[in-house]
Amino acid sequence: MAYVTEQSSRPFRLRMLIYDTRYRSLTIQICALAGLMLVIAWLISNTAQNLALLGKPVNFGFLSQPASYDINQSFIEYSSRSSHLRASVIGLMNTLLVAFLGCLLATAIGLVIGVLRLSRNWIVARLMTIYIEGFRNVPVLLWIVFYMAIIIEVLPSPREFRGDSPEASMLLWDSVAITNRGVYVPEPLFSNGLGDVSVFGIFAISLDLIAFLVVLGAGIYASQRVARWAGKVQESTGVRPATWHYSTALIVVPPVALLLALGFHPGFPELKGFNFQGGINMRNSLIALWLALACYTGAFIAEIVRAGIQSVSKGQSEAASSLGLRPTLSMRLVILPQALRVIIPPLISQYLNLTKNSSLAIAIGYMDVTGTLGGITLNQTGRELECILLLIVCFLCISLTVSAVLNWYNNLVKLKER
Amino acid sequence: MDGTTFVRKEILAAQSPPTSEIGIGGWARENLFGSVFNSVMTVLSATAVVLFLAESLPWILQSSWTANSLSECRERISDRYGEGVHGACWSVIRERYLQMLFGFYPSELYWRPILTFVLLLGALSPVLFPSIPRILLVFSAVYPFVGYWLLWGGSIWGPFSIVAGFAIGIFAGQHVKYRIAMIAVLILSVYLCFRISGYLQTAAPVGIEPIESAQMGGFLLSVTIGTTGIVLSLPIGILLALGRTSDLLIVKAICVGFIEFIRGVPLITLLFVASTLLNLFMPPGTNFDLILRVVIMVTLFASAYMAEVIRGGLAALPRGQYEAADALGLDYWKSIRLVILPQALKISIPGIVSTFIGLFKDTTLVSIIGLLDPLGLSTSIRADSDWNGIVWELYGFVALMFFIFCFAMSRYSMYLERKLEISNH
Repeated sequence: MAYVTEQSSRPFRLRMLIYDTRYRSLTIQICALAGLMLVIAWLISNTAQNLALLGKPVNFGFLSQPASYDINQSFIEYSSRSSHLRASVIGLMNTLLVAFLGCLLATAIGLVIGVLRLSRNWIVARLMTIYIEGFRNVPVLLWIVFYMAIIIEVLPSPREFRGDSPEASMLLWDSVAITNRGVYVPEPLFSNGLGDVSVFGIFAISLDLIAFLVVLGAGIYASQRVARWAGKVQESTGVRPATWHYSTALIVVPPVALLLALGFHPGFPELKGFNFQGGINMRNSLIALWLALACYTGAFIAEIVRAGIQSVSKGQSEAASSLGLRPTLSMRLVILPQALRVIIPPLISQYLNLTKNSSLAIAIGYMDVTGTLGGITLNQTGRELECILLLIVCFLCISLTVSAVLNWYNNLVKLKER
Repeated sequence: MDGTTFVRKEILAAQSPPTSEIGIGGWARENLFGSVFNSVMTVLSATAVVLFLAESLPWILQSSWTANSLSECRERISDRYGEGVHGACWSVIRERYLQMLFGFYPSELYWRPILTFVLLLGALSPVLFPSIPRILLVFSAVYPFVGYWLLWGGSIWGPFSIVAGFAIGIFAGQHVKYRIAMIAVLILSVYLCFRISGYLQTAAPVGIEPIESAQMGGFLLSVTIGTTGIVLSLPIGILLALGRTSDLLIVKAICVGFIEFIRGVPLITLLFVASTLLNLFMPPGTNFDLILRVVIMVTLFASAYMAEVIRGGLAALPRGQYEAADALGLDYWKSIRLVILPQALKISIPGIVSTFIGLFKDTTLVSIIGLLDPLGLSTSIRADSDWNGIVWELYGFVALMFFIFCFAMSRYSMYLERKLEISNH
């Protein structure tokens, strides 16, 4: 780098800030930073002036005031006297619920459709192509509104279940009722349950649920220990002992015993008056949002699955079978690990898309965080800036958590190249 | 060895394949009934198709196009085709399709959006198809102003003076030595011409009837927002992607922050920002048009996604391309313009087009903040007492229109990929 020393002996001139590559990048960056800060300062001063003119300085105190509106679906106790903060938290839980359900169903749909699209069966492959193109090329909001309209207009109302010769009847031995107000399914009841426990006096959790989860988790852990023991035996003797009956028993028997001890029995929905009582009511808005999001995202996932399967070259499966692996083993040990490396990152970004699209719930009245915090709370209190800021923070937290998980996973499965 | 064995001396002519392997029978064996599972799938899906057609075709065909309300339509169908026949009421489409296309645009001025759309096709064609003469690109550059003027109307001098300002600025800029001075001349001339336009309007009032943004709706609104967003988001996305991959730490941090922020929140929250907060961020007293605010937000949203797509293309280029451009002595912008971008954009065409499609579909979200796009209009039609209870026909129509637009875009991207693939060899 002889020329550098030669140059640096020259005296510094102002024009070197632009024309000398040593200083130029610094100049540009400082200009960019100054410009950005100017713009931000301008926006903030505008906002402050406007808020002062409107007479409502930034204040999050409204969150502790009573919300005085009802939310038709909540996991924790809520009444219209609860605070706006509680309403927002319930909205967030509803968002996470529909996102979770949607991701499960979308993955199932995507897997089936994606695999079938590669089928050698001409008619099946064509049908799957029609499904994918049809769902991908129509806006998701249209699907959501459309599903909601169909549920309301086409499904029978609870009134039609009444009388001696009703026009509609319940399914599965009178245990499930599908109406235009929602789907009623049996709920778990416990005749000698453990009751609820209050967490910090904020919300209550059913002890039965906790006990069930603990027992189930312990069973799964024990069955993993059994599998590890089987692996050790296999390594020392070369013969793997049959363990499937132990692990099944460990996972199934204790929870069933617990349920029997707690006096588990299903509570069926029954028609009383104008509506069904009892059972779990999945509201029509939840069903419409769930199905629409799952079908729409499923079409995208199907394409991801197809690309993942096609990305594993044929030589890999041939090499696996030439090693003597059975088809299931070669799928598990050779094909899937390679396909998953291609599938998982875009799959997770589809999950994120689904979660973000669930904010469209506001169009059909599902009370998610956009509906409570960004909808009714915003309109009642008139605190646009604060509400939308909180809403953005909620979604940013979800997104950043998911992308952190994604990065961790990507590092985990990255090809370890020598 | 004499005469005891038969030795074939000539090669046999190839036999035709067995009849089970050729023709329709062979094709069906290969593709439909290869195995038991395959045959079961074929039978099941064929049954599903037949059942679907048996249910939907009579519904589509035994329909009414002339009724004026849903109840009247149902009466007519049962009169004509017998009791209990469920038919489609296409009459809602016949009655409302103009509204679905143009919103509440004055009906005597429909020629303006139609002309705008035709001109849009004309302006797009030289961009999309390289066989069209290059000189038409001038028209493409002028088109945004023409289109804006035709749609919103008002004085011709505003858009005209900006175009004139650009022309003068570009002409004058060629005689200036430094690039910064060139940009300054351009901005100055546009600004001056824009200031002059007010006087021109008082001196010679030339214009067409102005249209309020509230009168726009339907697919006119979707296409306007979608096209503007698409055209603007590509250059912004390219700049963001270049910023994100650049060596300048602060620029990189700004770009990463912007992209991750936008991609982390749903579009609907950004539209809430557009409808409630954007006026708060501007100097007191500013109140600009809702459609413009929505376009700004949709553009920012799409450009963050575009930036990620293009960054993928930039990352996929082999390092040697960057080094070769440096070795030729090209400066940063020249190497980007002549070497890097043409290749990176080509790689990212599928992603770019699917971002465009996503943007066009996302324009439906404006119905949530009260603009009357096709979905917003459908809601108001369904709330109308005449058409209360209509679902399939209305949403089917809207879905079909969106499908046509989006499917056409995805087919075009496939065409472009194939063409570039061929021209590469």
